[in-house]
Amino acid sequence: MNAIFKDHEADSHERTKWWASRIAIYSALLIWTVICLFPIFWTITTSFKLAPDVMKGNLIPWVDFTPRWKGWESIGISPRLIGEISTVREEFLKRFWNSTIVALSASALAVVLGSLAAYGLSRFNYRFGFMRNSDISFFFLSQMILPPVVLALPFLVLYKSLALLDSRIGLILLYTLMVLPIVIWIMRDQFQGIPVELEEAALVDGLGIWGAFLQIVLPIALPGMVAAFILSLVLCWNEYFFAALLTATNATTLPVMVASQTGSQGINWWSMAALSSAAILPLVVVAIFLEKYIIKGMAAGAVK
Amino acid sequence: MSSEGDLLHTVTADDISDGRKRLGKAMVWGSATLVAVLALWQMAFETGRVAAGFDTWRPILYAYILWAIALCAAQVIVNGEKGKRTLFVLPAALFVISLVVFPLLFALYISFTDWNLASPNGPQPNGWDNMREMWNDGFYWNALKNMMYYVLAVSVEYVIAFGLALLLNAQIRARKFFRVVFLLPLMLSPVAVSWMIGKSMLEVRFGPISRVIREFGGEPSFFGTPEIARFMIMAMDAWTFIPFMMIMLLAGLQALPKEILEASRVDGASGWQSFKEVIFPLMLPVSVTAVVIRIIFKLKLADIIINVTSGGPGGATDSVTSFIFREYRDRSNVGYGTLLAMVYLVLIVIFITLLLKLVSRWMERPA
Repeated sequence: MNAIFKDHEADSHERTKWWASRIAIYSALLIWTVICLFPIFWTITTSFKLAPDVMKGNLIPWVDFTPRWKGWESIGISPRLIGEISTVREEFLKRFWNSTIVALSASALAVVLGSLAAYGLSRFNYRFGFMRNSDISFFFLSQMILPPVVLALPFLVLYKSLALLDSRIGLILLYTLMVLPIVIWIMRDQFQGIPVELEEAALVDGLGIWGAFLQIVLPIALPGMVAAFILSLVLCWNEYFFAALLTATNATTLPVMVASQTGSQGINWWSMAALSSAAILPLVVVAIFLEKYIIKGMAAGAVK
Repeated sequence: MSSEGDLLHTVTADDISDGRKRLGKAMVWGSATLVAVLALWQMAFETGRVAAGFDTWRPILYAYILWAIALCAAQVIVNGEKGKRTLFVLPAALFVISLVVFPLLFALYISFTDWNLASPNGPQPNGWDNMREMWNDGFYWNALKNMMYYVLAVSVEYVIAFGLALLLNAQIRARKFFRVVFLLPLMLSPVAVSWMIGKSMLEVRFGPISRVIREFGGEPSFFGTPEIARFMIMAMDAWTFIPFMMIMLLAGLQALPKEILEASRVDGASGWQSFKEVIFPLMLPVSVTAVVIRIIFKLKLADIIINVTSGGPGGATDSVTSFIFREYRDRSNVGYGTLLAMVYLVLIVIFITLLLKLVSRWMERPA
């Protein structure tokens, strides 16, 4: 009965234990926060440094060093250059634009194809030859273990003969293929959570199966689709392997541009840092504002 | 195995006329014939039997797309309501089959040729030569051995990720802030990470980590010796992917039934006891899913290695993917590279199947 009364002798021990656990939890959290944030902080601050700042190891802007736009000028983005015509900026924006188009279209295509397939598999019985629903699902999901390197060389040859090498369409097709199993995995989970009575009611009211899907189920499943879309977006934006093999000049994406400049280390850290920051910033912004959806997407399927 | 979740049952009475059926079949076969004729024509043109032809195979691609559309449309025309149901799955299935199965068959063919993009001869079948070369290729076996180390590193990642998930699940303030921050590394492209950490923070002269080590009187060298270089690659990869497992485990923790946890506390279990006896066993299914998916991603590891060490020192950090990438990039050795990739695929399929079998057998046994 003692533990109920907070001012009792025996309770002070409990309280120190409570404080100890608090301190342990928060210090662990803070340590990991530093581990997560320091590389990002380092990259962004380095993009505003000059050579002496890099060599002296100055860390904190305005205290250790004065931020300069030199790094950003090397990709043509700074207050001074913003009004002028700059070839480096054009080059950078071209890559940026390629990345954006490829990632957005591949994710959109994957979400459309994947949602349809996931809906079908969660609602109807299929028989394609010997394959039933579980086999078809397994066929789609098993694509996840396919390592990109197996497809890379055949695609290189295939795209060469189709004149799709170094084109955005080629990349979009491959990226769609790459994220499709993940989208199907997330969406199947979403659709299974929607009670089938909703569609039954809609069918009774005279809608067809496609009508019921588009008008009733789709609006409910929209958050799940957004989650799948964002997760695909992240994967496509960061993809490097296929882009490095299958593009040369026209369709190269940002990761390829970053990678092509990592060789020149040492002297122009600030421009590399600016380029890296520009490559990661869009997704950092996405993570901050759409964190809920990313977590929802990854949690789907983990918890049955 | 016919019932998976709620199934929607529809009863339809379709009355499809013979004319409609014939039309649908004609569409499919007509467009298929078009594809076949164009493909044969183009093949004849490339081998020099016909004078006129297309510059590229692009028109055959268009014909193929036309066939795919005709096949989808014919489903509805021939089968009515049943076809409309098929239409949900068919586009995705066609997409995957045409982008995976055909290239894989093609890959199987090139992997038994001596194709080198630099040589003018084109592919010449060379039987088992590639296989023999692979058998004697120490670097490939070395890369496979490295993959084993990389996969084993997942266990450490799992422990850290579980710890972080428990932290985020505890009674803390600013939970959303910490969750966003912990998620951030996953958003970063491995290529950017390899510059941010591998090439600048771990830089021997000016990198901040080297500075710290020098403060303590050490001599920083991160990619000089095989063991440390491999560990650094593992650490960078772990840094980006720990959030992935963490989020899955966190979702699992949040879905645990509260009553059981409360019951264990009422019964007087300490924190460690309730973790060991209650939380961990209940989390096993989620853990297995997270670890298996993480291993699948790990087997594709390449970007960081290609950009930071390109396999060095002496192949100590090579993953299979990065090794084949260089085999192609530096030597244009398409035939041999593809064989290595195919062998890797077979090994992966065997490994994952065994893993899943093992896991499912182990999960069925009472803990």
